[in-house]
Amino acid sequence: MSMDEKKLEATSPGELAERDFLDKLEGAFRSNIHVAVSLRNLIHRLAEKALMRGIGRIVIMDFCGTHEWSIVHFGIRSLMPRNVELVAGPGCPVCVTPSKYIEYAVKLSFEGITVYTYGDAYRLRSLRPINSAYSLQEARSDGASVQVVTSFIDAIRLANKSGRESVFLGIGFETVAPGYAVAFKKNIVPGNLAFLSQVKLTPPAMRLSLELLMKENLDYRFGVIAPGHVSTITGAKAWSFASEEMGIPVVIAGFEPIDVLIAIAEILRQIVNNESKTVIEYRRAVTWSGDEEAQRNINEVFTTIDDAWRGIGIIPRSGLELSDRYASHNAFEKYSLKRISSDDWEYDLPRGCKCGLVTLGKAKPTDCPLFMKACTPDRPIGPCMVSVEGTCSIWARFGGGGLADEVARSLEVY
Amino acid sequence: MTSKVLLSHGSGGVETAELLRKLIFSKVPDELMRVNGGLGIDRPDDSALIPIGRDEFLVVSIDSYTVNPPFFPGGNIGVLAATGSINDVAVMGGVPIAMLDSIVVEEGFPLSDLEVITNSFLEVLRRENVSLIGGDFKVMPKGQLDKIVITTVGIGVTSKPIIDYPREGDKIIVSGYLGDHGAVILMSQIGISTVDQSGKALTSDVRSVAGLMKRLNDKLWPHIHAARDPTRGGLAGVLNDWASISRTVIVVNEALIPVRSSTKYFAGMMGIDPLYLASEGAVVISVSPEYADEAVSIMRESGFENASIIGEVKRSAEYAGIVLIKSVVGGHRILEPPRGELVPRIC
Repeated sequence: MSMDEKKLEATSPGELAERDFLDKLEGAFRSNIHVAVSLRNLIHRLAEKALMRGIGRIVIMDFCGTHEWSIVHFGIRSLMPRNVELVAGPGCPVCVTPSKYIEYAVKLSFEGITVYTYGDAYRLRSLRPINSAYSLQEARSDGASVQVVTSFIDAIRLANKSGRESVFLGIGFETVAPGYAVAFKKNIVPGNLAFLSQVKLTPPAMRLSLELLMKENLDYRFGVIAPGHVSTITGAKAWSFASEEMGIPVVIAGFEPIDVLIAIAEILRQIVNNESKTVIEYRRAVTWSGDEEAQRNINEVFTTIDDAWRGIGIIPRSGLELSDRYASHNAFEKYSLKRISSDDWEYDLPRGCKCGLVTLGKAKPTDCPLFMKACTPDRPIGPCMVSVEGTCSIWARFGGGGLADEVARSLEVY
Repeated sequence: MTSKVLLSHGSGGVETAELLRKLIFSKVPDELMRVNGGLGIDRPDDSALIPIGRDEFLVVSIDSYTVNPPFFPGGNIGVLAATGSINDVAVMGGVPIAMLDSIVVEEGFPLSDLEVITNSFLEVLRRENVSLIGGDFKVMPKGQLDKIVITTVGIGVTSKPIIDYPREGDKIIVSGYLGDHGAVILMSQIGISTVDQSGKALTSDVRSVAGLMKRLNDKLWPHIHAARDPTRGGLAGVLNDWASISRTVIVVNEALIPVRSSTKYFAGMMGIDPLYLASEGAVVISVSPEYADEAVSIMRESGFENASIIGEVKRSAEYAGIVLIKSVVGGHRILEPPRGELVPRIC
């Protein structure tokens, strides 16, 4: 019994101070070395079983920047057996926002229109400069009107106050869409604020990355750690195509290290038993059907379109556009900006940058010739290094890429 | 290469070191990088050493304080300026004896605020028995300076200098909770309250470590192979510096590193690792393993109750310079050196 357990036992429920609950919760899901070691052992036993059943390599993909952060920050890759590989998939909306749409926003900002955006998008670099500015950040330093906000509501408040013609660059996955939708439904978006929708849907991207992975690695088996927060909106049902149609185990996981380890163990258990199900590990937040009201609001305000993903191409039914009813707020219509179609899509990453392949899980950041050489968190070249959710940025800041594992092994500090 | 000075150049991390090497260190002739027989910019440490007779050294340190806001929970720029330079002398093994200060203030700054700051400054000197032997005072026109900048020179003496050079087998010990000062300053800058749910306010940990360092050094010198106060760049900055100076690998266990829960939650909220946040009243030492327990006892007896052994120094030709951290679930990651403008103007 550890000291903490003894402390817990010695404390009757009535004596537990209010602030202790947070620490206890963290203790259960984060700094819980006992459960972590048991799960690690279980994962190793299951991987061993898989080997004995002739399953060579198992690739498990995560689809959320925060899962990748947990995996790197808590050193979860270093706990994996040799035949289990954890790979980061599309989990960063800023990383896949096409260069052309950044150029549109920069252009508008120089035309006297105030552009509101999130901090990550503010630093995102386009392929081509507009008035010699490659980003909204550079545009602002050249005198254009750009303002960083932390939410759409902030942009609404500021646009109301200024009364100036303005645009919100609305980047995000399913998690942000309901907030946007409610604002439009409640009619609180002022007439002077247009909306440049860059909302992307994750299931089509998951399907594409899995198809590519499977095609290239015929004898591997796969698993999916599905995004916890996106699933609070979409429900677990959004991912069942992978388990039902593609035969890939899916676990919707929370973001603490214990959550992730449980998800990996469940995926291996399914693979060993030849099952493929969609299972919710993150039961404290996610249900099978999700937030139905949020889904209704999204469907009322947005329509699904074939959307362009930076460095990847057009993915069918993978984006949200404001529906006709809200066309007067649609920045594409208001300023006659053309959406990218499959006819005019062009590869839009800087020379040498592998962000598209990294996003799809086909390359690791360390496979990129620019990684930590020309491209660093301070002077990012590619979008995967700009966003804090980008795989390259996470690996750069927390030493991903297996080096930690190598060092630990050479020093025998396990 | 960018052609302008960036905020990240002043963050005390990788970028600062690169810029200073290019701009200054590479242009100073070798014999002028130190006073003969002493220590200077040839081996950047907490303070410089100037020999003053047989085995005696003058310990000298300088630092400019530009903290924004100048008043923060638990202190103000005056306390910080006095304490900071005293601590820099102390972790070099010096006994602080004197200080010089230079105060530059913006036109229009409230006189009453200035008096609170100077009173706090002098209070620290009185308590630590440090003489104020000189100084400078200037006012800049409004808008040409952001409120106030204080520069202090700390002077001490020692016959037992601690020149940072961790050795294989050493234990790494921290004196207590890390990152409180950095967290408090960031929270003040963002404008969020430092009071947590239980109604307790997180305050800066700014305090002198001179007494603590004297007791440690009197008992354990020369077995303390390195000592530093983890200010800018936090614990991550100190350990990376040490690993690269001594061409070793430093391995620490995250579960043993004392971080207050409110600091941890705040850092989590901001996406910052608390190990990069500054402390202004803590020390990190690298000590021979046979003296590690004694060092912890001395710290605890000196009012640093949360002192803890957090890791050790390992030899590795292949991976020298790396800091490896064992996570709370037993995995490993690299503790990267601080980069970028993570924590602007905290001290």
